[in-house]
Amino acid sequence: MANLIARRAAQMLLIMLTVSLLLFAIFDSDQFRRKVAVAELGGFGVATLSDADYQDWLQKKGLNRPFLARYGEWLGAVVHGDLGRSLEKDIPVSTLLKESLANTAVLALFVFLIMIPVALTLGVLAGMNEGSTLDRIISFTAVMTTSIPQIATAVLLTVALSLGLGWVPTKSAMTDGWSFRELVLPLLTLLLYEVGYLTRMTRAAMSDVMGSDYIRTAILKGLPYWRVIVRHALRNALIVPVTLIFLELNGLLSQVVVIEVFFQYGGFGRMLFDAANFGDLQVLEAATLVAVCVAVLSQLLSDAAYAALNPRVRFT
Amino acid sequence: MNVRVAGLLALIWVPLVVYVMFRPFLGALGSYLLLPAIPAVILLYVTAVHRWRESWMALLGVTLVCFWLLMAVSAPFLPLPDPNKPIAPYLAPGSIRNGVEFLLGSDMRGRDVLARDLWGCQRVLVWGVTATAVAYAVGGGFGLIGGYLGGWWDEIVSFGGNVLLSFPVMVLFILVLNLFGQSGFNIIIAVTCSSAPVIMRIVRGLALDAKSRDYILAAQTRGEHPLWIILVEMLPNVRAPIIVDACLRLGYTTVAITTLTFLGLGLQPPDPDWGLMIKEAATAAMLWKYSYMLIVPALSVSSLILGFNLIADGLREMSLRD
Repeated sequence: MANLIARRAAQMLLIMLTVSLLLFAIFDSDQFRRKVAVAELGGFGVATLSDADYQDWLQKKGLNRPFLARYGEWLGAVVHGDLGRSLEKDIPVSTLLKESLANTAVLALFVFLIMIPVALTLGVLAGMNEGSTLDRIISFTAVMTTSIPQIATAVLLTVALSLGLGWVPTKSAMTDGWSFRELVLPLLTLLLYEVGYLTRMTRAAMSDVMGSDYIRTAILKGLPYWRVIVRHALRNALIVPVTLIFLELNGLLSQVVVIEVFFQYGGFGRMLFDAANFGDLQVLEAATLVAVCVAVLSQLLSDAAYAALNPRVRFT
Repeated sequence: MNVRVAGLLALIWVPLVVYVMFRPFLGALGSYLLLPAIPAVILLYVTAVHRWRESWMALLGVTLVCFWLLMAVSAPFLPLPDPNKPIAPYLAPGSIRNGVEFLLGSDMRGRDVLARDLWGCQRVLVWGVTATAVAYAVGGGFGLIGGYLGGWWDEIVSFGGNVLLSFPVMVLFILVLNLFGQSGFNIIIAVTCSSAPVIMRIVRGLALDAKSRDYILAAQTRGEHPLWIILVEMLPNVRAPIIVDACLRLGYTTVAITTLTFLGLGLQPPDPDWGLMIKEAATAAMLWKYSYMLIVPALSVSSLILGFNLIADGLREMSLRD
């Protein structure tokens, strides 16, 4: 296990270095510098700017030095825990990052709290009797909810719950402090997809186990049905879904972008989108590092859960 | 995939791609290009229904997809108002103005929602399928190279894939579209950057598996060229799982294109597009009265993606049964 962690950590560092260097290189192009200038000074301001003034502006922002030098400086600062300042909002990146991550974490927490019991129950119920009416209903609903793109789910839910019934506000900007009612729409949008996905995976694993020989033996030797399910089938059937739940941590991080932009929720995805659009390199770098970290960690957690649950697997 | 199906697909695809990508150069005669594609879609549908009749999931899926295909190729011939022409804004569904009936109403600029919706599937289908095909060519190529050649090739290809995969997808899209400009062709690049690594992993795994089979060994012993072995021996044998994955990926790509257009990064106005319709309605008409402007494109894009996913599920089910 320690070996595995060390290897993954080394891999993560290598990828982080490559990705951050790539980002600096991409944002070194004149196109992106102009974009930052336009975003800060306005399109008209940049168009009327003389060349010398533009150079001055670059000098002031520190954008005219070779990107390798800036990269080295940034890397040194990051190692000391300083993520730099946001070009767009002029506040420390760490403050911005902390705030948006906290908002997304709240959203993710609710998603996981509801998704895990609901999806596992539905998936097990469907997989227990493959081909039954209940299975057909659950399976088809799950295919439906995973097929509808989140942008469409967001639209349809807004129309139904907010415009039609007026139960919840259309936007979740949380301008008057935190409120659960504003969280409902983004939460439901995420849940419809996530629950459907996990249900399908659980059903597949469960129906696989139910067809195996040892379950047939357990039923034939006269054990009560519920006991076969709980003691024999579930333990094996839930291995894959549990590992998937950890992987969803990473999936969630890129899915929230659309939802947070649509509902104007101030989370990680929205910060990422704004930063990438503005050309806010420091914020983008920090966000990407967080994303890489989450990707590698969720992979590691899922592998660890797999090893813990499945006694046949040992990592060397 | 036999010759007939491939021929039909080409007969639909080539005119549609030419029509959507190069319409300004074609002039008024352009729409006649699409005429032969209409019977081709119907023939394709009949063939698919006949072959997949045992799976109701695949049947429902192919019905949805073929419906949109038919709408895409026959949009110029349908008795619809011009999708880009403003007539009268904010008309409720079913109202008649100037002798034109607006079955699904008109949007905030006065354009017919039904016409925009039916025309909108052209862009999504053409760019979505083209982007998926390019992603498959690139990802599949690298996957076969990495899996078959192994060693350093494999290390380099896999690391490149891991780097691309570790970017959050949206950052990758925004970077590519800002770097190269926002157009359909650059959506292809963006989708390729995000899908090709995943495809590469799948194909690489399949190739690794196929490599140890006897028929590959036999070909190597005969002294065949590696390129011949990859293309002629290996590719046809790893085909089945790839087709299922391709159907799923068509769905993902459609989602990506619609989402990008909604975020204002993808295909540009004024031509109709589902993501664009949602975007415009979401900024201008967030009222229950005008919710048809939001619901129509949302349901359309959902039905197309549901179609792709049902085909993938049905195919997987059928392959498990055999």
